[in-house]
Amino acid sequence: MASTYVKDPAPAPAPPKLPDTGAGRSRARRIVDWLTAFSFTLPALVLFGVLVLAPILYAVYVSLFNWGGFGSPSDYVGLDNYSRLLRDPVFLGDLWRGLLLVLFSVCVQLPFALGMAVLLNQKLRGRALYRTLFFAPYVLSEVITGVLFSMIFAPEDGLADHVLGAVGLDGLGGLWFADQDYVLPTLFLVMTWKYFGFHMMLYLAGLQGIPAELHEAARIDGAGPWQRFRHITLPLLGPTIRISVFLSVIGAIQLFDLVWVVTQGGPDHHSETMAVTMFQFGFKRFEIGYASAISIGMFLISLVFALIYQRSVLRRDTEGALTTMRASR
Amino acid sequence: MSAGTRRRLRSAPLYAIVWLVGVVMVTPLLYAFVSGFKSTDQLSQNTFGLPSPWVTSNYTDVLASGSFWRMLGSSTLIAVGTTVLTVGTAALAAFALARFAFRGRELLFTLFTAGLMFPFAVAILPLFVLLRTFGLLDNPWGVILPQAAFGLPMTIVILRGFFREIPGELEEAATLDGCSAFGFFWRILLPMARPALGTVSILAIVGSWNNFLLPLLVFSEQTWWTIPIGVQQFQGQYATDIARVFAYLVLAMVPALAFYAVAERQLIGGITMGATKG
Repeated sequence: MASTYVKDPAPAPAPPKLPDTGAGRSRARRIVDWLTAFSFTLPALVLFGVLVLAPILYAVYVSLFNWGGFGSPSDYVGLDNYSRLLRDPVFLGDLWRGLLLVLFSVCVQLPFALGMAVLLNQKLRGRALYRTLFFAPYVLSEVITGVLFSMIFAPEDGLADHVLGAVGLDGLGGLWFADQDYVLPTLFLVMTWKYFGFHMMLYLAGLQGIPAELHEAARIDGAGPWQRFRHITLPLLGPTIRISVFLSVIGAIQLFDLVWVVTQGGPDHHSETMAVTMFQFGFKRFEIGYASAISIGMFLISLVFALIYQRSVLRRDTEGALTTMRASR
Repeated sequence: MSAGTRRRLRSAPLYAIVWLVGVVMVTPLLYAFVSGFKSTDQLSQNTFGLPSPWVTSNYTDVLASGSFWRMLGSSTLIAVGTTVLTVGTAALAAFALARFAFRGRELLFTLFTAGLMFPFAVAILPLFVLLRTFGLLDNPWGVILPQAAFGLPMTIVILRGFFREIPGELEEAATLDGCSAFGFFWRILLPMARPALGTVSILAIVGSWNNFLLPLLVFSEQTWWTIPIGVQQFQGQYATDIARVFAYLVLAMVPALAFYAVAERQLIGGITMGATKG
């Protein structure tokens, strides 16, 4: 079977070249070649097709029915589930809260992560330790994080209230996760604790790709630290920042574990996310049809966002990002 | 004032900032650890101080219970199963997608990369129905198979990139020596790709270890509960005995943190690589 595959060592994705179709090779031969290649991908393809693609298509189908989850769906309702979705105050609230979380992340968490990355990119004593420490919460599950902070922010008697009391700020604390107005900001604090280290690591990897000579040259030309940050670091970090914004938005759209463990979406839906609403309808109230419509809604939002973002923002980075990655290796 | 002193003075605020952030990061973990050695009464009366006396029973009770070790075992089994399956099938596919030229290759690759955008939550309902139909509820395969399937896109993207960079001459030489396509893959490519295989394995292990939604739905009976399910259940069960929950939490964190301590470099490298390529 020595000639069954074609050497294709080109590092950049190339359009598929068909195997040599010269006179010596018969049609049958080419089919055998194709089968060889295809059989390598087959296990992955079966797994992916049966457990990723088929369920998503099935969700589209089920979302057109009123279905309790047992027997086969028979009560066809067309797009009713979707029009109900667009009138459901909880779902619209989910969208609003998702937007708030994204804005929080982009305006507070990511700049903070970037600041820490710039700090820890300098020659500070103990910086390796700080990096390790800041990233550590990322490896803990959201469940562990959630339970930990639900005890720290326990109403009146948690660590948070004791700390505020000790510094004379008793009035600030209180119900935390149990308060309609506090629950989202508190949740956001926890998310920052858990995830800013991840974004910081992305930025640190990006910072290391910026040649030191650029900073040297700017310094010699008399540029101060802020000017160097503004005109060298920030533009060259552009691709990394855009990827981290992208991941943070996608993460906010599918946020589930943390919310479920800490508040189950409460109090009175004030911390509910799309995934939580979907779970409530699907697995607590057995309105599988409607819950499927919610998942398809989530999927469409992620898809549209990803496509627009890729078109308008990420595309111009592709070239740059590739060269940076190669250089940093 | 010497230049050195001045530099130290100027960087003092920077040190103060990172130190402060460090304190905020470490306090919850340290607090949980110390609180595990208190009784719940001590905890509310003496929040900040060291335990007096040190109560070890919270920790030892958990360690003496069979359920904690069973969950540890089932988390491990599921993580290993997921990793072997994801990396095995993804490596084969990535090999074909990187080094063969065949009709439909780009289409296949696009299909897999599109999978990067399907979060678990989107497919969980029909997946649940599917697993119920196949009788895979309360069965570790019911978690392993979907986790492996959802892990494929990222793993294939990373491995394909790596396989492409192995020089073609090597393959020609192997072919001349009579090596089959699979022989080249198995005896030459895989050993050479060990670092990349390590990276994707670590990503798969961490993902599986921390997964919550799927095991929550699949395992209604205790037999196969994983650590995250155990943590959630334990908190519900001992809601009033906070010190005990802290001890349980700390013990539940140990495996992940120990793994992080051992594999920090690969983990961070893998995660940043996965993010920039995905």
